[in-house]
Amino acid sequence: MARTRAKPAIARAQAPPYVPLRGHPLNEEEFRGQVGSTAWAPRLEYAWDAGVAISRFLDGLRQGKIYGVRCRRCGRTVTPPRAFCELDFKPMDEWVELLDTGTINTFSICYVTWDMKPLRVPQIPAVIEIDGTSPRVGFLHLVGGVRGRTVTEIRRQVRAGLPVRAVWKPPAKREGAITDILYFEPVRKRTKK
Amino acid sequence: MKRKPSRRVAVIGAGLSLFMRRALDTGKELAYYAASQALQTAGIRLKDIQAVVMATAPDAFDGVHMKGEWLLDGAGGVGKPYLRAYVGGGSGVFSIISGWMMVASGVFDLVLVVAEEKMSSCQPHPQGAFLTIFDHIIERPLGPNLLWIFSLEQQRYMAAYGIRNEDIALVSVKNKHNALAHPAAQVAAQLTVKDILDSDVVAWPVHRLMVSPISDGAAAVVLASEQVARRLSDRPIWIQGVGWCLDTSYWGNRDLAYPRYVEKAAWMAYEMAGVTEPRKQIHVAEPYDPFAYKELHHLEGLQLADRGQAPEDLARGRFDRTGELPSCPSGGLMGVGNPIAAAGLMKVCELFWQLRREAGARQVPGNPERGVAQAWGDLMQIGTVAVLGVR
Repeated sequence: MARTRAKPAIARAQAPPYVPLRGHPLNEEEFRGQVGSTAWAPRLEYAWDAGVAISRFLDGLRQGKIYGVRCRRCGRTVTPPRAFCELDFKPMDEWVELLDTGTINTFSICYVTWDMKPLRVPQIPAVIEIDGTSPRVGFLHLVGGVRGRTVTEIRRQVRAGLPVRAVWKPPAKREGAITDILYFEPVRKRTKK
Repeated sequence: MKRKPSRRVAVIGAGLSLFMRRALDTGKELAYYAASQALQTAGIRLKDIQAVVMATAPDAFDGVHMKGEWLLDGAGGVGKPYLRAYVGGGSGVFSIISGWMMVASGVFDLVLVVAEEKMSSCQPHPQGAFLTIFDHIIERPLGPNLLWIFSLEQQRYMAAYGIRNEDIALVSVKNKHNALAHPAAQVAAQLTVKDILDSDVVAWPVHRLMVSPISDGAAAVVLASEQVARRLSDRPIWIQGVGWCLDTSYWGNRDLAYPRYVEKAAWMAYEMAGVTEPRKQIHVAEPYDPFAYKELHHLEGLQLADRGQAPEDLARGRFDRTGELPSCPSGGLMGVGNPIAAAGLMKVCELFWQLRREAGARQVPGNPERGVAQAWGDLMQIGTVAVLGVR
């Protein structure tokens, strides 16, 4: 058994830090060696419907186009598309073909996987504001076409406010998925909104 | 709209377990430690409790479906009206809001509020429990992990106001230092800004020591109606106001530089508490700090610092334990640890002890009369706020 820090309950009621707190910390070795510890790996499968709006967005990606939707009441043009305006709570009024260029709203340089294993080549996730939408409207994607692996090297080429352009999969390889855009790469000349 | 609760509600007892990287104790056992201590400090027994609120974050941490129901026994909820309060990281403060509603409505006079988290069971890393928070059609194929959204938000905050990473690292330094005086603390340390920035970059601009740890732990409080509180306690701490608010799940359509949902939640709580000038009327703050920048972000959302100015205020000592507005005197999630739902309620416990002047080595100077606790969570989406005071 692990060492115990628990003390018998005291008669008079007092708050921490005057009373000892209970709990039995384990180190890694103790945890792995615990007789009472059991493991289980769940296996679950799902088949998700993309919905009315996102299905059309995905069809657009297959054709190399980024779609948004407009609500005439609030005047917003947003992407990813949605069937109804979540603010005005009415159907969206029209579909808008946006440009496949945009601006980096924010980015990160990620050196670990979700289970904290090191990544040799970092991922550069970013929120990309898509040209043709209302201000500061974008979605999560990746930045690519950048040389180097260190923070310094990457930050020399990538910054908030930088214009970017979608790099698409070849048409034959597209499958109607967000990954039909491989990544967004920095551009020197900005397409007019 | 002025929101005026029909009855006043007080906190009359609080308890914690140790916060640990990995506990032998089960979630039920941890919840029992905190809950029984809260009952004991309130001077009551479980049979006096009329209803129980339990906060615990994703079922995926434990691999137990409906874990609120599973934890029932440890929370003291057997045979009682029982409610699981769950809004992700915001759950800890949402638990006291839920308990407050039960008492303020006049339905119950004594409610036990318990928060528990056991993150260590989830292998190989509890971040796995969060992979399904991302949109399954348009985000998950990109291979996101939870660090992405924090590092993206921190970078947006830095870019919008010209904030340096050194300024943000100071939060880790302050909170890990404050936690040296906290009996539950898991990751208290005396470090420098250089130590923080020398730690590995996990997802730039976030370094390893700017992230709160994986934790197991529990916290609990006892809530009472005014009449009962006055009978049972000579120093009840009043819940003067509560607020909460959620922003859109289309997080790429928001301005990540400023948590406007925290502002809305804060004003709801302040208005209820009669607070019109938060910077003068709030004497101690426990904003949510799962990542170093979040404390600054939240101090701005809570109207306790100007937008983009919290780092400067921090650098000049305003948020130190002995500063003008002590922030995270407990040591926060960065120092005490982050058993998610329990960490939020730990902040409420801290205000309880600070306002009763029972916080020992952590006690903020002067006579703090009012404090604010805040938690945050879901998909960077919710602010939960509670204002507590001595009268």
